[in-house]
Amino acid sequence: MVTFFATNAPALVSPGLDLEQSFSQTLEGFGLSDQAARLIWLPLPMLLVLVAAVVGVLVTVWLERKISAAVQQRIGPEYAGALGVLQPLADGLKLLVKEDIIPARADGLLFTLGPVLVVVPVILSWLIVPFGQNLLISNVGVGIFLWISLSSVQPIGLLMSGYASNNKYSLLGGLRAAAQSISYEIPLALAVLAVVMMSNSLSTVDIVSQQTGAGILSWNIWRQPVGFLIFWICALAECERLPFDLPEAEEELVAGYQTEYAGMKFALFYLGSYINLVLSALLVSVLYLGGWGFPVPVEWLAGWLGQSVDAPLVQVITGATGIVMTVLKAYLLVFIAILLRWTTPRVRIDQLLDLGWKFLLPLALVNLLVTAALKLAFPVAFGG
Amino acid sequence: MTIAASTQLISFLVLSAVIVLGALGVVLLSNIVYSAFLLGGVFLAVAGLYLLLNASFVAAAQVLVYVGAVNVLILFAIMLVNKREDLAPIPGIAVRRLLSGGVCAGLFVLLTRVVLTTPWAQGPEPIGEGATIRIGEHLFTDYLLPFELASVLLLMAMIGAIVLARRDVQAVDPGTGEAVDQGLIEKARTPLLVDQPPA
Repeated sequence: MVTFFATNAPALVSPGLDLEQSFSQTLEGFGLSDQAARLIWLPLPMLLVLVAAVVGVLVTVWLERKISAAVQQRIGPEYAGALGVLQPLADGLKLLVKEDIIPARADGLLFTLGPVLVVVPVILSWLIVPFGQNLLISNVGVGIFLWISLSSVQPIGLLMSGYASNNKYSLLGGLRAAAQSISYEIPLALAVLAVVMMSNSLSTVDIVSQQTGAGILSWNIWRQPVGFLIFWICALAECERLPFDLPEAEEELVAGYQTEYAGMKFALFYLGSYINLVLSALLVSVLYLGGWGFPVPVEWLAGWLGQSVDAPLVQVITGATGIVMTVLKAYLLVFIAILLRWTTPRVRIDQLLDLGWKFLLPLALVNLLVTAALKLAFPVAFGG
Repeated sequence: MTIAASTQLISFLVLSAVIVLGALGVVLLSNIVYSAFLLGGVFLAVAGLYLLLNASFVAAAQVLVYVGAVNVLILFAIMLVNKREDLAPIPGIAVRRLLSGGVCAGLFVLLTRVVLTTPWAQGPEPIGEGATIRIGEHLFTDYLLPFELASVLLLMAMIGAIVLARRDVQAVDPGTGEAVDQGLIEKARTPLLVDQPPA
């Protein structure tokens, strides 16, 4: 069993497709300089990922409506397109053309800046989500740490909109959001640290590469079951999803920091929270579920079919499988999150903080310690 | 000048302008909430400067610690105690402002002189992504003692904050007359006045 885990995974993984290189070579073939080719290439993956994130949100909104309907034995949206798939578009269009209201006694500048500060860090974090060996915007060295630090900017936007609304429910919601976000960031970071310790790198590509080799058996979830649970609970809390949606608890706070918002500014909060949910699911799949890896290694499959891994067709199929697997795993987690939202009650604020500080934090520390000990004891299985 | 170099120069100028103007705003604005938000902006711009210096780990740590923790806590504290009250006019405010302005200007002149007279040595080449590992090595070898001392300091600050923020517990239960245990950390205990007979 132990020998299944690949410790020198990068050697096993083929370089795969490198779209940037081929794109640059094509442009340089037309006589453009190296730098100009790079300048033209730069916005393309960003635009693609932005579109992917927004489409991901539309799909999630549709899933949320359909699954909540199924949970409550309703039919859900039905008339807007087949099975109501156009319903999220209709929602978005409605929010787009609604009147943008700024309350008379509110602070207009901060009121407008708040939603922007909530959305921008979340979208920036998509920088590090890999869909394949070379299918990510930027393989930055700080990788997963970038996501952790960017997600810590979000509470400032929440506090800002809570304060600027000049409404006691908004302020309470903003304060709750900040408290919750700070409390759950620490166990989240410790859970990530345990994974990083095993892969000896912060880069998301390295973290996934470390999990290839034996397919489903080498995924981190078998080596980090506790870390996986801690990460998932904290990710739900960071996304403010039920059972942790205290900042906008509608029975207590009307809608928390969103109370005074309407139109596109409200839509930004909405968009931000769903992009964050999809992002968290993607990162869980990257950290614990093998990222773009197929349950059976593609190299083995190619070998059984008598194909070379470096053949162009095999590479294209490998890349496509990688994207499909990443998205599939992420949406499986999104499904679980939606099911949780519609079947569990909300925790109280003291229960929430107790869970974060008195249970998850010590547990995450113990998990880190055990991981370090196992890494020293069994360097073969835990990435020496 | 190449595209990359000019992009760097423009980024540097924009970030520097944000830092200088933002810092002035932090000091000069009368609304303390604006000052706190601007401080967050200044911290972010400093992180941008670290990025320009190829120190991406330091930049991410700057955002995490200063923006995500320090600034959020400052805002938290301001919003929890923010009472809109008119401050009483301070006597001789003009003289005070003139004096503090003079002190600041003198400090600025001194620092400028130091900057201009110091022979700045060209530092070693930035090592980019390898910096993360290098920082870790230093923290656990030659900088181990300062690192551990800083963590002890933070622990002391945390215990102090808990002691200060803890709710007051009466020494003697007013209902039953028994001594109440004064543990440092609050435990689940029955309400103190629950057994008091109706007066």
